[in-house]
Amino acid sequence: MNALQIKKGATKHSAYNLRPAFSEIEERHTLAVLVENEPGVLARVIGLFSGRGYNIESLTVAEVDHTGHRSRITIVTKGTPQVIEQIKAQLGRIVVVHEVHDLTVEGPSVERELAMLKVVGQGDKRVEAMRMAEIFRANVVDTTLDSFIFEITGAPEKIDAFADLMRPLGLAEIARTGVAALRRGL
Amino acid sequence: MTREMTGAKMVIQALKDQGVDTIFGYPGGAALPIYDEIFQQNDIRHILVRHEQGAVHAAEGYARSTGKVGVCLVTSGPGATNTVTGLTDALLDSIPLLVISCQVPTFLIGSDAFQEADTVGITRPCTKHNWLVKDTDKLSSTIHEAMHVARSGRPGPVLVDIPKDVQFASGTYEAPKPSTSHYKPRLKGDLEEITELVAAIEKAKRPVFYTGGGVVNSGPAASQLLRELVDATGFPVTSTLMGLGSYPASGKNWLGMLGMHGLYEANMAMHGCDLLINVGARFDDRITGRIDAFSPKSKKAHIDIDPSSINKVIKADIPIVGDVAHVLEDILKIWKSRGRKTEVEAVSKWNKQIDEWRAVRCLTYRQSETSIKPQYALQRLEALTKDRDRYITTEVGQHQMWAAQFLGFEQPNRWMTSGGLGTMGYGLPASIGVQIAHPESLVINVAGEASWLMNMQEMGTAVQFRLPVKQFILNNERLGMVRQWQELLHGERYSQSWSEALPDFVKLAEAFGAKGILCKDPKDLDDAIMEMLDYDGPVIFDCLVEKHENCFPMIPSGKAHNEMLLGDADTQGVIDSKGSVLV
Ligand SMILES: Cc1cc2nc3c(=O)[nH]c(=O)nc-3n(C[C@H](O)[C@H](O)[C@H](O)COP(=O)(O)OP(=O)(O)OC[C@H]3O[C@@H](n4cnc5c(N)ncnc54)[C@H](O)[C@@H]3O)c2cc1C
Ligand SMILES: Cc1ncc(C[n+]2csc(CCOP(=O)(O)OP(=O)(O)O)c2C)c(N)n1
Repeated sequence: MNALQIKKGATKHSAYNLRPAFSEIEERHTLAVLVENEPGVLARVIGLFSGRGYNIESLTVAEVDHTGHRSRITIVTKGTPQVIEQIKAQLGRIVVVHEVHDLTVEGPSVERELAMLKVVGQGDKRVEAMRMAEIFRANVVDTTLDSFIFEITGAPEKIDAFADLMRPLGLAEIARTGVAALRRGL
Repeated sequence: MTREMTGAKMVIQALKDQGVDTIFGYPGGAALPIYDEIFQQNDIRHILVRHEQGAVHAAEGYARSTGKVGVCLVTSGPGATNTVTGLTDALLDSIPLLVISCQVPTFLIGSDAFQEADTVGITRPCTKHNWLVKDTDKLSSTIHEAMHVARSGRPGPVLVDIPKDVQFASGTYEAPKPSTSHYKPRLKGDLEEITELVAAIEKAKRPVFYTGGGVVNSGPAASQLLRELVDATGFPVTSTLMGLGSYPASGKNWLGMLGMHGLYEANMAMHGCDLLINVGARFDDRITGRIDAFSPKSKKAHIDIDPSSINKVIKADIPIVGDVAHVLEDILKIWKSRGRKTEVEAVSKWNKQIDEWRAVRCLTYRQSETSIKPQYALQRLEALTKDRDRYITTEVGQHQMWAAQFLGFEQPNRWMTSGGLGTMGYGLPASIGVQIAHPESLVINVAGEASWLMNMQEMGTAVQFRLPVKQFILNNERLGMVRQWQELLHGERYSQSWSEALPDFVKLAEAFGAKGILCKDPKDLDDAIMEMLDYDGPVIFDCLVEKHENCFPMIPSGKAHNEMLLGDADTQGVIDSKGSVLV
């Protein structure tokens, strides 16, 4: 972007986003952030993203080491390479952050998400939903005469695809956990 | 050493054990137990300010002029919220501070109790870190950790929020021990990168050192090493507003400040260099101007202790994460061991080119017989005080830029100004903090009348503690910097940029119990300044200056370094509409 292409009155532009030296292509990265599980730590991480205008596509958090009080936050974000680098450096500055890993660059990793979908319907639609669920290896975790709750685990794209198929078949509600990810191998 | 004591006593004990000798503060209900402990001891001096914002800026002045952590104590609710501007100021300028805020008792938190505010929530984005302490047993270790975080790595403000019941309760005190904190920023730079920089130094034909506040943050050794490196290589050196004094203004390689209101020679050197060595500066937008035209031909090295500063704005070819003093020491060691090489001839040609730029004399202004030019006032102040043991603080605006241009600093920690946040109202309380730390020194706040009014209540503090701070007000009866932008950008429509209904500053000084001096004739200026200097007490110096003087040089927003405006040119319409959205 060229500084001189800014339109008058376009106040959302500032000197800060005129970065012609950096690539403009946005990439999707999955970050694993190990933090001390103390009050406010999630607010610090989320506040960093909102305060500095970074994207969050998905964020999951849970304590993973109960004795050491460590939580693992998995964040899926999107940005130019320079923004991704900034996000990692800014996360690293937070005093209670112990480690920041970019799973997208640190080698192959596995990403999984869990979703529950409530599908409401009767007759053929109900049968069809059941058949699709089998193909997607989704489990039925609750059923009534005119509804199912399916549980499905997989990469986010797989869940998207399953949800798309369920929509015409009576998808009423969906709950997703967001992505959990681990690097493969040692 | 562990001992049983109340939380309130622990606060004082922990501060003592951390070597704190001064607290700036203001009491209130939630802080009473700690204030009771302050009453019963003599090791820590409490400076009662008139507004909590004043306490924070005073602590900033104290911290910046000593290199120590500045400490504040405030009550819950409004006491805590009044610190927000100061905390943000300290965060942007990397000033180490500890603010202890008091809180309603733990069992009332969340109930909208009297004077309850979510202080850790409000201050989370404007502190380096903050803590709410709910358990008296954890209080002392939290304060020790807070001090460690404030002063380590890139320094910054921290806040510890202490509910009243935690102050009353007894717990076990722990003395400071070598930090077990995982927070240990890296000090040594990567030797491979440093060697690459040395190789670049050896080959550079048009090098320049661009130094910043990080040199001051790193401590006096960093300034010493910078001087050694600059003098040994013969490379020219410029500095940001925040780094003034790291390299002496009288040094022969000194270019003056760079940036929006920086000197012609400094900005031209930045624009034309082939090696730019950033030492503890952060490529602020006041420096870079238009980014795609910033120093287009140079290889860029960046030394910074905070990895997030590197590649934030400008891509570094040689990134070095580390502390300035540590990195400069390694640079010198490696450069010397490789035979102290530079491209002597090319560098001397470069220095000659710079001398030509110096000859433009960009700070020239039109002198007047009848009115005091603000630049002239500062030149006289400089001439009459430069040989003294002097500290300068400033407010924010034109006067601040003129002070940076016309006053010379020979040492670091002698210049206290609000750079990143640009907080009007910073200078008076900061001068108080500096004077507390250096009771025998001359402390001058170079002020604009509008900024000065923002925290003028602190004159009461100055008088109460017999602090002989000199308030040197360049009174143009305008919000000068705003007026200048309106002149250049908004067709001379001076919307709300007048200082109307100003007080009579001499009477105001007298009302506070200080001395007031009014000066409006250039012929009287020297005598009036001497009168101010000779008076053993706080002075408000009302210097009536030219009302519509503009501060030059100026790089208009959205322009490149070599498109700088000099002097009194016809400046109408120089910032095009595209630049006017930038601040
Ligand atoms: C009205 C106005 C006009 C202004 N005009 C100008 C102008 O013309 N020119 C100008 O220069 N400024 C100007 N400023 C100030 C400007 O806004 C910035 O505050 C300033 O340029 C930043 O200085 P700096 O880059 O030295 O960074 P600082 O804010 O001082 O930051 C220091 C950097 O050093 C790093 N650091 C800290 N400690 C260490 C260490 N121990 N070792 C290594 N690195 C360390 C930090 O991580 C940080 O990146 C102006 C301000 C105002 C209010
Ligand atoms: C708290 C705050 N409010 C507003 C501003 C915007 N501002 C920057 S400079 C300035 C005018 C300062 O006037 P004065 O203190 O008289 O100094 P002068 O520019 O005239 O030297 C203003 C309003 C600011 N920097 N800080």
